[in-house]
Amino acid sequence: MRLVIVDYGAGNLHSVAKAVTSQGVRPLVTSSARDLDGADAVIVPGVGAAADTMANLRKHELIAPIREYIDSGRPFLGVCMGQQALFDVSEEGGEHECLGVLPGRVVRLPDGLKVPHMGWNRVHVAREHPIFEGIDDGSYFYFVHSYFPRPDDPAVVIGETDYGIRFASVVARDNVVATQFHPEKSGENGLKLYGNFLRAAQAAAAA
Amino acid sequence: MSTDTLKSGLTKRVIPCFDVADGRVVKGIRFVDLRDAGDPVELAQVYNSEGADELVFLDIKASPHRRDTAVEMVRRVADQIFIPFTVGGGIRTTDDVRAMLESGADKVSINTAGVENPEFIAEAAAKFGSQCIVVAIDAKGVGPGRWQVHTYGGSGGGTPVELDAVEWAVRCTELGAGELLVTGMDADGTKDGYDIELTRAISEAVQVPVIASGGAGGPEHMLAAINEGKADAVLAASIFHFGTHSIREVKDYLAEHDIPVRP
Repeated sequence: MRLVIVDYGAGNLHSVAKAVTSQGVRPLVTSSARDLDGADAVIVPGVGAAADTMANLRKHELIAPIREYIDSGRPFLGVCMGQQALFDVSEEGGEHECLGVLPGRVVRLPDGLKVPHMGWNRVHVAREHPIFEGIDDGSYFYFVHSYFPRPDDPAVVIGETDYGIRFASVVARDNVVATQFHPEKSGENGLKLYGNFLRAAQAAAAA
Repeated sequence: MSTDTLKSGLTKRVIPCFDVADGRVVKGIRFVDLRDAGDPVELAQVYNSEGADELVFLDIKASPHRRDTAVEMVRRVADQIFIPFTVGGGIRTTDDVRAMLESGADKVSINTAGVENPEFIAEAAAKFGSQCIVVAIDAKGVGPGRWQVHTYGGSGGGTPVELDAVEWAVRCTELGAGELLVTGMDADGTKDGYDIELTRAISEAVQVPVIASGGAGGPEHMLAAINEGKADAVLAASIFHFGTHSIREVKDYLAEHDIPVRP
């Protein structure tokens, strides 16, 4: 299987690459749009600010290829900023247009609790999905973020987390899954999540 | 607004800290059968399996010409440990920050270089994001409710600088620090408990998470740092390394006292 991790010059790619390798799939880490063509599965990781992320994706001419890849129906996993980037607009540091794959806005966490939301928090399963296979409802994952996505369509929310408000920590639609937390930093449960994504991708590639 | 009224599932973190030199963990680790008590990867795995929420590696001999060894250690840890870890000691330039993050560290801890040149904190946060910039503050009491920042803290004593710890903490977050690692120098090494007042004064003055450090002798001190000190995380070294208390024991104790922890 050809697994691509998109390298757009930001984010902790090393850990994501090691996490999927631990699940038996050696990834191609690349910033080249051409590599998306032959990919069986794509992961877009990321940390940092929305504006930088979009600027970097634009600079590497990856915006249209990522949209086309997702439209093709092949498996896609977005992590942290890779989740936020899927929505229409991020309000982080102004108004920044994102990929527009999922309708909705990315907004700042409410006042009253410490920001960034940093540490281990529970993910409550809102809707059963193969990505949660073998992972208990209410399991802990590692979060670091100050903004969160607010999808227009509640049906895309498959996991939720409480931090002042209840927000969409895992979203999914068709071939797309995305998490606000960092599975590559979430110990056993995080590795299971990568394993689940890769198994589904392998099955799709074989079909 | 009281933070207690807002629903949150976020847990309090328990963080073991390792002193490293030349890529090896130094200061006796005496609590378990290890093939190699100086191997950061093996130790990280043990603490990970015990429920450590994060790890901190402090390079006590860091200098520019030793950076390659530190980078190599970071890479080896990142290859095998799937929980977050922070690297501190000798982080003086954005190149240092980049080298650590690219090797797989999740955060870097900035101390002296930030005091000497606060713009460095701003530059690092702007380049790499606040989420990976921890500022370590070492402070000593100089009167009721007042603490003075020191550089090169720890057992060496440190050098006082003309900075009030609480004011400096606020300034650090304005510069872009995403987290503060607060060590009470009066408490450090005593095992009599953290400097609760210092921890609380800083935690209540800033919006970012605060890690309490220095003085942990047992789980009750961690409970106090969280309940009274308003700490978001507690860091300790020797009580874990000498096997006085395990991470599991600390977490069980905290859970019994209604502190949310990751099992």
